[in-house]
Amino acid sequence: MSTYLGAPRTRRAELGRSAAGLARRLDWTLAVSAALLCVIGSLLVWSSTIPGDGSDPLESTEHLRRHLFHLVVAWVLCLAVASVDHRTVRAYAPIAYLVTVVLLALVLTPLGEVINGSRGWIVIGGFQFQPSELAKVGLVLMLATLLGEPRDGEARPMTRDVLFCLLALAVPLALVMSQPDLGTTLVLGAIFLGMLTLSGAPVMWVVGMLACGAAGAFCVWWFDMLEPYQVDRISTLMNPTADPQGAGYNSNQALIAVGSGGFNGTGLFQGEQTHGRFVPEQHTDFIFTVAGEELGFTGAVLVIGLFGLVLWRLLRTAQGCEKPYPRLLCVGVAAWFGFQALINIGMCLGVVPVTGLPLPFVSYGGTASVASMLALGLVLGVNSRNRGFA
Amino acid sequence: MRAPVEDFEPPGRRLGRAGIVIAQVLVVTLFAVLAARLWYLQVPMWDHYRELALANHHQQLIVPATRGQILDATGRPLVNNRAELVVSGDYHELTGMEDGGRKVLSDLSEVLDVPLEELQQRMRLCGPEVSRPCWPGSPYQPVTLAEDVEPSVALQIMESSGDFPGISAQAHAVREYPQGEHGSQMLGYLQPVTQEELEAREDLRTQFTGIDQVGRDGVEAVYDAQLRGTAGKRVLGVNNHGEVMEVISETSPEPGMHLITNIDLGVQKIAEEALAEGMANARPRYKADAGAAIVLDVRTGGVVAMASLPTYDPAIWQGGIDQETFDEMLSAEAGEPLLSRAVQGTYPPGSTFKVSSLSAAAENGYSLRSTYACPGSVNLAGQTYQNYAGQGHGPISLHKAIVVSCNTVFYNFGYQMWKQDGGLYPEGEPKEAMANMARGFGFGSPTGIDLPYETAGRIPDREWKRTFWQQTRENNCHRGEHGYPEVAKTDPSRAAYLKLLAYEQCVEGFQWRANEAVNFSIGQGDVLVTPLQLANAYAAIANGGTLYEPRIGRALVSADGTKVEEIEPVVRGRLPVSDETLEYLQKALTAVPKEGTARGAFAGFPQDKVSVAGKTGSADVRGRQVSSWFASYAPADDPQFAIVVLVSQGGTGGMTSAPIARAIYDGIYGFEGQGPVTAGGEDGSGPAKPLLPGGKPPEELPAVRPDGSIDVLDR
Repeated sequence: MSTYLGAPRTRRAELGRSAAGLARRLDWTLAVSAALLCVIGSLLVWSSTIPGDGSDPLESTEHLRRHLFHLVVAWVLCLAVASVDHRTVRAYAPIAYLVTVVLLALVLTPLGEVINGSRGWIVIGGFQFQPSELAKVGLVLMLATLLGEPRDGEARPMTRDVLFCLLALAVPLALVMSQPDLGTTLVLGAIFLGMLTLSGAPVMWVVGMLACGAAGAFCVWWFDMLEPYQVDRISTLMNPTADPQGAGYNSNQALIAVGSGGFNGTGLFQGEQTHGRFVPEQHTDFIFTVAGEELGFTGAVLVIGLFGLVLWRLLRTAQGCEKPYPRLLCVGVAAWFGFQALINIGMCLGVVPVTGLPLPFVSYGGTASVASMLALGLVLGVNSRNRGFA
Repeated sequence: MRAPVEDFEPPGRRLGRAGIVIAQVLVVTLFAVLAARLWYLQVPMWDHYRELALANHHQQLIVPATRGQILDATGRPLVNNRAELVVSGDYHELTGMEDGGRKVLSDLSEVLDVPLEELQQRMRLCGPEVSRPCWPGSPYQPVTLAEDVEPSVALQIMESSGDFPGISAQAHAVREYPQGEHGSQMLGYLQPVTQEELEAREDLRTQFTGIDQVGRDGVEAVYDAQLRGTAGKRVLGVNNHGEVMEVISETSPEPGMHLITNIDLGVQKIAEEALAEGMANARPRYKADAGAAIVLDVRTGGVVAMASLPTYDPAIWQGGIDQETFDEMLSAEAGEPLLSRAVQGTYPPGSTFKVSSLSAAAENGYSLRSTYACPGSVNLAGQTYQNYAGQGHGPISLHKAIVVSCNTVFYNFGYQMWKQDGGLYPEGEPKEAMANMARGFGFGSPTGIDLPYETAGRIPDREWKRTFWQQTRENNCHRGEHGYPEVAKTDPSRAAYLKLLAYEQCVEGFQWRANEAVNFSIGQGDVLVTPLQLANAYAAIANGGTLYEPRIGRALVSADGTKVEEIEPVVRGRLPVSDETLEYLQKALTAVPKEGTARGAFAGFPQDKVSVAGKTGSADVRGRQVSSWFASYAPADDPQFAIVVLVSQGGTGGMTSAPIARAIYDGIYGFEGQGPVTAGGEDGSGPAKPLLPGGKPPEELPAVRPDGSIDVLDR
């Protein structure tokens, strides 16, 4: 650090070199796929937030402008993280984790705000954000550190490491569940299971945890631990037309919006279901239905394809890692994006129960965008190091 | 930091690598599943979801069409419309308010002077668990909250629309009956559409506004589809709150067509007045509890007038009839005024039926040139049958048998033809000449008039007897064996008689017996006809043998007069008689009002100007007074009209019904009324202007102008 202190010129040159190096070593496939998803997402957010009275879309760009602002901030942070050595990031991982946990805890104080029935927001001044989104980044970093750098110089994580991991998971998980936010709870669980499975931890633990996850889900179902509306959402999935005006409304309207899009879609800004506001939360959780209706099969399958590409690149990057820590970082991010995209798109297509989760890169939402892009930045950084060493 | 070990690959990493490959496979599989699901929803299921989406997004607003008027042959209104002010509410706007529209409705309840509770109930949507008062229509239609509102109140609501958000007042067309009680049964009435009707009729379902009414009786029912018109449709794009975002398409309503009838309002009125007066004259000696008078145009089957008493004022249907009033309308005490005696009442025709019996005889070997014995009574198969008042006329021609209405001649015919068929034990297929001739005259089956619920009457024969026997056999056999213990308690001799009767019916009730055939010949026994059937038969005799389907409707004209659909006469068949027989019958009937049983009623009638042909009838029914008939047509030499009058329990035909028919003829031709019934003139006496100048119904149709007004024919 001290080298740079007195020499701003040199530092700028260093930064310039670093930027050029990043550009050279960047995983362009991954970055462009994510960027394309952001572009499509922006258009869909725009379309789903214009009034449905046939007025000019150019006259109602408030949500779009805010979304673009979020994206710009998120991309800057992404590239910044990508340009930092992941080993440097690792050093700050425990701090990042602690900060997110504290923020999660703050949600429970008067700073927290209830939005849509969930105490998941912190509002300071005019600025509001969702700590649970940041908690995903914190957890990925923390678990990667714990599992990727086993204690006592072991080559792979042992029981003790797994127990630490469980502890690291339990704290944010409990806080998120208390909001309550079922969607994020599931994502955190998926990140944990995904990373543990691919960490090389004792098979007993992997199998045990997977079994615990399955048993937990079963218990929740069997012992009526779900809220009635959540039970409804599951039974709706089994029989979508049972109660089209009640519990099945969201799912049913989502299916109608997607199905009525057909092969070619109605065209951007032309979706009657979208502009009649029949699908709720359409710019956030149900954004994929806008793609389905307005862009049709061609556009919606492109979104699915881009996610496939993103995940493929994430896992390829993981494969390319010599060390467990960066590999697990990539795996954690892949588990996060993969799970969230599958659940979100699946729910819009009526194959997964309705759960409040945004679609990464696509949905409207500042914290979610920043968190996703930070995670993407981590992986891009790992990738650029991999290439740099190769 | 551990030193990297070049040659040693830790087991964790190997596992990790394999795991990543598995993860990749998993990702590819799951995303492929999503893509497949997407394909399924958007390509094969596209139609399905497209339809659901349209149902979501598009809502129809029905703009009702004005119902066409019902006019008489000259264009005078029989049924038309008047504007009524209706206050209605916008369902979504009201329920979308914070208090669910309570404040607005409570203000409205004060202005309208209607309880708030009633308004709230009317605002609810009908459903399986919500019954009326509730709104049966679509929530996109204005919900009717109050009908027939005072103009001042409606004005108040319209002017202070800021105080009544979501509430509006509009003019609706409702039925009006400018002629009051005249022709109520044949005109019919409207009632709110029932759920069953909505399910059964697509044209109703697709244009249902929630307050639709449908013709339930009379021509209102038969011509409902044409009178109704086509409702306009406004397709609205709505959002998930039901708020209207845009008008997607709009078609304006097409008003219903006007129905121009063959009815002449003047003749209709005089028929009803003459009938009422004639019935009043018959009382108190006779009950004269009901009556019918029908005027047919014998050349087309057009119904010029059709009166049925007792009648009622159709205004009672306005604004929805309550159950109590409705029950009363159907009750026997009120005389069942909804029932049209002309098409739904059946009575034994008595001697008016002899036209059929004479034809049967003439077509089956009994010469029109022979003479036949007309004793005061005859004994046939062990039973004695009397002439009217037991009077005999010696050997007479068939002509005279009609003129003096000799029963014994026809008794003999009935008996002999029964015997020819094999009597009680027919061999092979019996000819049933009498019954078949009656059917040839149109009796025993509906005439096919353009009115609903027409009755068929009854022409009994061997086959009918056997069917009836089979239907009643079980009961009769049971009674024949076990008797009538409940009757025996109070009246043992009657019980014994009933038991014997039941036993006989059980054992031989299938037999068509001599007395039945004998009574048939003079239109008694089990023979039942409607006044309309009789009028139609006499019209056929008058016009040379053509049996028409009677028609009230003459033409349908569009509201702007551009489209005219004439309702052409429909020929139902021809009388199965030779021209010779027909001419013979015509001559005999022509003599009746001059020298026969209707002579008294037509005393002073200018037969030289208009010669009337007709036949009286007085039919006995067990337990009731004699039914009085007069069936006729005129002019006898160039027939134009057939008139049939029936007075139930009204005495003899010559005394009660013939004068009524005469009064109608007087009115049609403008003769000075001199008979006992003189409903024609303004003050009960002529001379009056002829109701049908030239003795003919108008040939041209009244014109409907493009602006919708109607030119009444000036005659």
